[in-house]
Amino acid sequence: MDKEIYRKPLFLTNPVTVLVLGICSALAVTVQMKGACIMGLSVMIVTGFSSLFASLLRNGIPNRIRIIVQLVIVALFVILIDQFLKAYMYDLSKSLSVYVGLIITNCIIMGRIEAFALGNKPWPSFVDGIANGFGYAMILIVVSFFRELLGSGTLFGINVIPQSWYESGYMNNGLMILPPMALILIGIIVWVQRSIQKDLQEK
Amino acid sequence: MNTNSNTYTVIYATVLVVVVAAVLAFVSYTLAPTQEANRQNEVRTQLLASVGIKDVTDAKKAYDKYFTDSFLVNSKGETVEGDAFAVAMSLKEQNDKIRVGLTAEATLPVFICTFDNGSKAQVFAAYGAGLWGPIWGYISVDASDMSTIKGAVFDHKGETPGLGAEIAQPWFTNNFIGKKLFEGEQFTSVKVVKGGAAPDDIHGVDAITGGTITSRSLENTLSNWLTIYLPYIKIQKSRLAVLCACEDDENCESCESCECCDNCQTEKSEEVK
Repeated sequence: MDKEIYRKPLFLTNPVTVLVLGICSALAVTVQMKGACIMGLSVMIVTGFSSLFASLLRNGIPNRIRIIVQLVIVALFVILIDQFLKAYMYDLSKSLSVYVGLIITNCIIMGRIEAFALGNKPWPSFVDGIANGFGYAMILIVVSFFRELLGSGTLFGINVIPQSWYESGYMNNGLMILPPMALILIGIIVWVQRSIQKDLQEK
Repeated sequence: MNTNSNTYTVIYATVLVVVVAAVLAFVSYTLAPTQEANRQNEVRTQLLASVGIKDVTDAKKAYDKYFTDSFLVNSKGETVEGDAFAVAMSLKEQNDKIRVGLTAEATLPVFICTFDNGSKAQVFAAYGAGLWGPIWGYISVDASDMSTIKGAVFDHKGETPGLGAEIAQPWFTNNFIGKKLFEGEQFTSVKVVKGGAAPDDIHGVDAITGGTITSRSLENTLSNWLTIYLPYIKIQKSRLAVLCACEDDENCESCESCECCDNCQTEKSEEVK
């Protein structure tokens, strides 16, 4: 198997920063690291398994209802994850609220099925799905790290800013908790990536 | 095989959908009890938090221990048949009746909490519209005067994090403790005061900066629901007045069972002997 399949999505063709897919949920669920991790993991599972199943079925899928079939497969995994979270991680599923269900609309998943899984064997498709999900999760975790640290002074819900800082006048940045700051942080990450990866720059 | 023919497409779609539906139905059916238990425990935790019992590990056990009674009341203050906990699980149904003016049909849950020291609190529910979605909560009142708030807990579906969503935070709900629902005999509810309540205001709490609409919605929600509870609360209050007629220790013969006065209690128990 080509190593590029799992190397590229992590940086060179990262779904969030290069393809600019899945931005909506990246803004919404990155207030806390815990939520971002679970969301990232959920997306990884969904991209991985829906790519796998789409690839297994690829020779039988009627071309005219291709997209609908993909949607059904993706929706199946999303609902399964939503149900499991509600049953076993109730607090988290509450804080992720509608965004778990909205994984269905995450363009990364349909994009990878359409662009990769339908033309490749199951195993590479699965790896491609997982790698793209991981590329997405990575960005979510980086963004949520800064948002939680600067916005709430915590990491994974544990206080990391010493009390003495607050006493001497340090304040949490409330703007970090709001979605616009996530957009700005992602913008900064895109900026950093583009200054390293010169071929992405428009002339 | 021609995968583009109509027959194939229709059969393929049908089979796929039926298989997927079967899988989902099975999973949903298997997980339903666990999910329901989670929702019930959430309501129990909130009820416990509203009377100031926090950080419980086993919500069900603690709930069964402290909540000694629960019943439904209607807008006339009468107790009606029904499962208060089930109603608390779906406050929206009652709110839908209230919203369209069918307050007479609404049956609202009341929970009686008995603390370790024997004192009691009555917990009332509230449900209404916030800024982005529903907000709801429980407010507990000291059973010995039916006016002093023992604690409150609020929750929301999707208020703005850091602003309206702060209604669920302890720093906000703690403000409710010790506030009074009545000024003399006059019902006042609790006001959420923009710009901060005066320190000696016993009917008002500070609103949330940047969460004005949520704060105001919360005030309205509480006032709407407590107004329907009001006949019940008044009946309870009047009963308290009878029970406490012996406050000066001299009317002990006139009151049937005076719960508020130790002296009276001793006299009664001695009479029995």
